[in-house]
Amino acid sequence: MTILQFFLWSVLKVAVVTVVMLLGVAYTVLLERKLVGRIQNRWGPNRVGPFGLLQPLVDGAKSFLKEDMIPAGVYKPLYVLAPVLSLGCALISIGVVPFGEPKTGPGGLDLFEISNVNIGLLVILGITSIGVYGIALAGWSSNNKYSLLGSLRSSAQLISYELALGLSLVGVVLVSQSFNLRVIVEKQAEKGIVTWNIFGGFQFVAFFIYLMAAYAETNRSPFDLPEAESELAGGYNIEYSSMKFAMFFMAEYANMITVGCVATLLFFGGWTSPFGNLIDPPQNVFAHALFPMFWFVGKVFCFLCLYVWVRGTLPRFRYDQLMRFGWRFLMPLAILNIVATSLWLAYR
Amino acid sequence: MHLVLFLVFAGFCLAGAINLLLQSHPINSALSLIVVMASLAVLYLLLGAEFLAAAQFIVYAGAIMVLFTFVVMLLNAGREERTLGSRAARTIGFPAVVAILAVLATVILHLQGMGTAGLSQGITTTEELSTVLFTKLLLPFEVTSVLILIAILGAVALARHGHGEREETPAHHETPERTVAK
Repeated sequence: MTILQFFLWSVLKVAVVTVVMLLGVAYTVLLERKLVGRIQNRWGPNRVGPFGLLQPLVDGAKSFLKEDMIPAGVYKPLYVLAPVLSLGCALISIGVVPFGEPKTGPGGLDLFEISNVNIGLLVILGITSIGVYGIALAGWSSNNKYSLLGSLRSSAQLISYELALGLSLVGVVLVSQSFNLRVIVEKQAEKGIVTWNIFGGFQFVAFFIYLMAAYAETNRSPFDLPEAESELAGGYNIEYSSMKFAMFFMAEYANMITVGCVATLLFFGGWTSPFGNLIDPPQNVFAHALFPMFWFVGKVFCFLCLYVWVRGTLPRFRYDQLMRFGWRFLMPLAILNIVATSLWLAYR
Repeated sequence: MHLVLFLVFAGFCLAGAINLLLQSHPINSALSLIVVMASLAVLYLLLGAEFLAAAQFIVYAGAIMVLFTFVVMLLNAGREERTLGSRAARTIGFPAVVAILAVLATVILHLQGMGTAGLSQGITTTEELSTVLFTKLLLPFEVTSVLILIAILGAVALARHGHGEREETPAHHETPERTVAK
């Protein structure tokens, strides 16, 4: 394959994945509003289009058309940079996520992954750690005490939980012996659900830690202290309006999807089917390419539903509880998990 | 391709470092430092050290610089004041900088026989890196971790000291009131 072909394919893949991701973000918002509505015994949005399916598009148009206000006291360069940074980092990290069989395209091209990186897992961690600046700078540059409190909380929370998150992934890396997301998935593919890392790799403790840390990392309930509306009136995004606010909103949901993708890849066998090799893979080219996609999207969808379910049922933690839980419970647990996994791998 | 990337990111690195010194607002300086750290990570990657690049990115550009910005935000540090600099700094500083640069240049020139680190297509995998780290370089590796442990102990000791003082503060607060009462 020539460089030009490679370049064109890459541009195409990036464009398609970005569009799908943004659509996914829009409909995750709808999913959340619908599900939370049902949990609270009401219907949720159902006026625009059939079952309210056009609601996200209308919401998007609304935030585009709203007046973009910039308050007088803000530090403008960072005020403008913050939402861009936030959304940018949220969208970039999908670039190393594989979501289908390798080498399905013409000439052995990876059609279902933008780039296959040796250290894919670390790249995702790195981009997530840069995404923190979006929130931190937004709060600081807004020149508002509530924003500042929100972003201080957020920075402290993200630093604390990033440790637990990173340490929980070490167990998976030990079992799979690779940072490459594709290799991690292929190690789990053999016997389907039995060899998934969460069951066969005995990484359920790691999954629990990852799940808790992921709620904190994406600022989602029950750890959504940075935007606790009852005490901070919205937190770091309080001075933002129109499209800039929408960008923070989209970043949050894009992060949710990415976290769901990573959980699927690391613990639930990625795009492979839960039945493993019991069912022969379909011979048809299209079915062969699309079946894995179905499993992948299905698993991520379950994860998103779990997110919404938790948001609909659990109350918010207090700040000191959040910190104590992160440092005194999750961190030691993650270290114990690493020790236990290494011992198990050494003496099995 | 490698050379172009090297020039671009080395440029970013230097520009960030110079901007760091020129900016008068601490948060701008902190952001420039992030640019420096991130470009350094890319330079490591160009040398084929992928794990090192990722670690540099996550640890320095991510975690440590978040702490920096956190502190800047927490203290709400304002614009720094410009001074013309003291006469001593000007008379001693410039010769000292020249001397240090001269020493560094001699050392680098002296070491040129040690072979070069070229921009490489090849990549050192994490496995190779850890093998070297845990066999050949085990002693330096462990000593470094002891060094970090000492830093942690120091931080804990300082924090405990502050805690002990806070417990005594009620007594301190009482004294001025008593004197006023007398």
